[in-house]
Amino acid sequence: MAAHLSYGRVNLNVLREAVRRELREFLDKCAGSKAIVWDEYLTGPFGLIAQYSLLKEHEVEKMFTLKGSRLPAADVKNIIFFVRPRLELMDIIAENVLSEDRRGPARDFHLLFVPRRSLLCEQRLKDLGVLGSFIHREEYSLDLIPFDGDLLSMESEGAFKQVANMMIRMKREFTGSQNSIFPIFDNLLLLDRNVDLLTPLATQLTYEGLIDEIYGIQNSYVKLPPEKFAPKKQGDGGKDLPTEAKKLQLNSAEELYAEIRDKNFNAVGSVLSKKAKVISAAFEERHNAKTVGEIKQFVSQLPHMQAARGSLANHTSIAELIKDVTTSEDFFDKLTVEQEFMSGIDTDKVNSYIEDCIARKHPLIKVLRLICLQSVCNSGLKQKVLDYYKREILQTYGYEHILTLHNLEKAGLLKPQTGGRNNYPTIRKTLRLWMDDVNEQNPTDISYVYSGHAPLSVRLAQLLSRPGWRSIEEVLRMLPGPHFEERQPLPTGLQKKRQPGENRVTLIFFLGGVTFAEIAALRFLSQLEDGGTEYVIATTKLMNGASWLESLMEKPF
Amino acid sequence: MSRTKGDEEEYWNSSKFKAFTFDDEDDELSQLKESKRAVNSLRDFVDDDDDDDLERVSWSGEPVGRRTRLGSFQSLSDALSDTPAKSYAPELGRPKGEYKDYSNDWSISDTVRRLRKGKVCSLERFRSLQDKLQLLEEAVSVHDGNVITAVLIFLKRTLSKEILFRELELRQVALRHLIHFLKEIGDQKLLVDLFRFLDRTEELALSHYREHLNIQDPEKRKEFLKTCIGLPFSAEDSAHVQDHYTLLERQIIIEANDRHLELAGQTEIFRKHPRKASILNMPLVTTLFYSCFYHYTEAEGTFSSPVNLKKTFKIPDKQYVLTALAARAKLRAWHDVDALFTTKNWLGYTKKRAPIGFHRVVEILHKNSAPVQILQEYVNLVEDVDTKLNLATKFKCHDVVIDTCRDLKDRQQLLAYRSKVDKGSAEEEKIDAFLSSSQIRWKN
Repeated sequence: MAAHLSYGRVNLNVLREAVRRELREFLDKCAGSKAIVWDEYLTGPFGLIAQYSLLKEHEVEKMFTLKGSRLPAADVKNIIFFVRPRLELMDIIAENVLSEDRRGPARDFHLLFVPRRSLLCEQRLKDLGVLGSFIHREEYSLDLIPFDGDLLSMESEGAFKQVANMMIRMKREFTGSQNSIFPIFDNLLLLDRNVDLLTPLATQLTYEGLIDEIYGIQNSYVKLPPEKFAPKKQGDGGKDLPTEAKKLQLNSAEELYAEIRDKNFNAVGSVLSKKAKVISAAFEERHNAKTVGEIKQFVSQLPHMQAARGSLANHTSIAELIKDVTTSEDFFDKLTVEQEFMSGIDTDKVNSYIEDCIARKHPLIKVLRLICLQSVCNSGLKQKVLDYYKREILQTYGYEHILTLHNLEKAGLLKPQTGGRNNYPTIRKTLRLWMDDVNEQNPTDISYVYSGHAPLSVRLAQLLSRPGWRSIEEVLRMLPGPHFEERQPLPTGLQKKRQPGENRVTLIFFLGGVTFAEIAALRFLSQLEDGGTEYVIATTKLMNGASWLESLMEKPF
Repeated sequence: MSRTKGDEEEYWNSSKFKAFTFDDEDDELSQLKESKRAVNSLRDFVDDDDDDDLERVSWSGEPVGRRTRLGSFQSLSDALSDTPAKSYAPELGRPKGEYKDYSNDWSISDTVRRLRKGKVCSLERFRSLQDKLQLLEEAVSVHDGNVITAVLIFLKRTLSKEILFRELELRQVALRHLIHFLKEIGDQKLLVDLFRFLDRTEELALSHYREHLNIQDPEKRKEFLKTCIGLPFSAEDSAHVQDHYTLLERQIIIEANDRHLELAGQTEIFRKHPRKASILNMPLVTTLFYSCFYHYTEAEGTFSSPVNLKKTFKIPDKQYVLTALAARAKLRAWHDVDALFTTKNWLGYTKKRAPIGFHRVVEILHKNSAPVQILQEYVNLVEDVDTKLNLATKFKCHDVVIDTCRDLKDRQQLLAYRSKVDKGSAEEEKIDAFLSSSQIRWKN
């Protein structure tokens, strides 16, 4: 049982148990001792579902990474490939199968496609002559992975239909575990990323958001430079500094993390120092313990206090690392430009900071993020400005980026202005997306997550809840794509009997990815006194501006 | 003994008699019909699709030792029996008509339903264009990528290119799938034909151009880029592609030449600063830097001279000066740096100008550890007074700070700066001189 999954309004452990059950069933089908050959990409997401101990219970004795030529020797009866449906992986599998040593004991092959099988892949295996070698060839719908008590992600691309299917499947799982068919969610909101292309381009300013921006969070884990995490031993002259990155797990099971993750980074320092005082005081209590009873009580609290102290030490170190970045001149300059664009200043000219970055050959992703931000805030760039930027980029980073720029245009991120009209200011004003007065310590509005910019996606959710989208019909029409509302009437007996003061639960599904800052904004809304709605968040992928644009870049060779 | 034709058929086709026929296909067919019937009697419960439009977790595996006579993968028609993973009690009361033969009777919607579950289905019998299109439309309506692809593979094989393209032009979803599928399997030729047909000329051009990334050999890549030049890019992109070709052409020549020089060991610059990497496939600006580093003094006539590069690729002054500055500063060639910014006006006076702000010049000089005298000279040229003061302080250009404070008539700041200079130094004296001067009207 993953404790942190039960904290929310909806117990996501139910889902997790369901997928674990299916995994067990498949493993048992391949009876006998087994070895799993892993597509490396899957190990992360699987780690959120099952640990090695579970696999061992089902006779998994060895685990290998998928790579070419021959499989390592292993005295097992079954070899199971866990792979994504990708053609290049099929080639490797075929190589493995074909170069199997016939002289050794015969091993049975099985194949598990995650999350679904693919015709093209099976065709490829057939062409290579190995399709029939697999006894069990199936798909494992590891679709929605619970990351936290209120957060689910597919960690893949997913089409609308798949999403709808998943909703239905989720419903089936949940209602299976309850007696009557109460609807779990009152509302379902499906948001396509295209509705708000701007938000992921801006630099996130929440604690978790900054960790992701600077170090990247993968499947709830982050890898950090080890220097700050070396245990300080007395008398050690600082020898033996660790060289391997420090890996930390980040989820709401850690009390302190749950408290600070969604705060604006500028508000984290005071929380940490307060916490330090509390923990110090708690340790000092040992001097006050006089009776045996009191001592016993103190000792029983010790593990919890030590965990708290360890947690505090880790996050103090992380905060220091982040501070080094956020106090740098370059970060300040970049943020200034972002905020200028988002508040509507000078979005129609070539920006000198961006020019400077190109001249200094800063990472291309950084440059592209800024240029795309400018384009979105201007509803497209004037042809002259666009051509100028393009030329600078191609000359500085290479002509092959003609393809990258084309991909960005197709995605709507960087394009010429059509019709000469910029309607972003109207959208910004009507939906109050730029708030000059932001209280970072005690926020009153979702704009705190970007210190001024309220994510359009979350604002839409907020307005849907109160007072409804009728009030913003005109603006909605300016946003890309159709929108519609549907109500599913429930027979009276099944209508959820809500307790007084209990909030509605809305499942908000982001198609195309969501950022940690948006998640923080939604959590902010959930805990508002008179908000009326609590949110459970699901998405195709957890992302940030950099990972998003990376996927659109052409890679040489 | 006379039998009616019908009886005879029945006789031969009934499973009781192991048929002896000359036709292999029929033989297998009848055997399979038998097992098919047996299997159908354990019909999968999960078949009630109608109300639950759901892509379920399907556990249906293919049996061991499947048989396949069809050389290439046709249309899921090889593995012929399906084994439900979970066996259910046969549903009594299902009309007999439900147990259909495997090959003939499944309607288009049934076919698609079976395909969705990964079950086998022969598409061969859909011979008419109308049937095929209906099949495609049904596949699209269930939104299943695998099914759409399966149908497209079938259509690709059984329809002429022109008809296939014509029909898909009207069906955006299917079209997108086909494009994706062709990209996946690398059928560049058909993809290009498709784009040409759709008049998506720009995509056609880009698709072709993309291939250059797969060519490692520089000569071959250069030749390939040449073939991209006439393609229907946008006007801007056409120019860029042309530049790409020209650049690689030049780089190949420069690379060959420089390697030769390096090996000969006679050229000082290559001896003192051995090259760390080849210039091939580097971006234009990097190439310019290289040229300013290794070939600065060459005349316009050679391919490797910076001036030649500037002219050929129409590199703007700003970019040129910045790059040349970076290269010469790295080599600590301060005279060259000087020359970059010195211009003689018509009266013969020299003056320093820069198409980039002098603050940038100062930064680059500092990055390359330029001596203070040089730094100082350029800090002095910074126009904006605050920036000038900032930089001067940052880089310890004492004279500039002192002079600027005097210019600003800022006594406090000058006083504060006094503590930063060495005791008894010329700078300290200078400060004291200013502070005690009665000529200066200090503002504070």
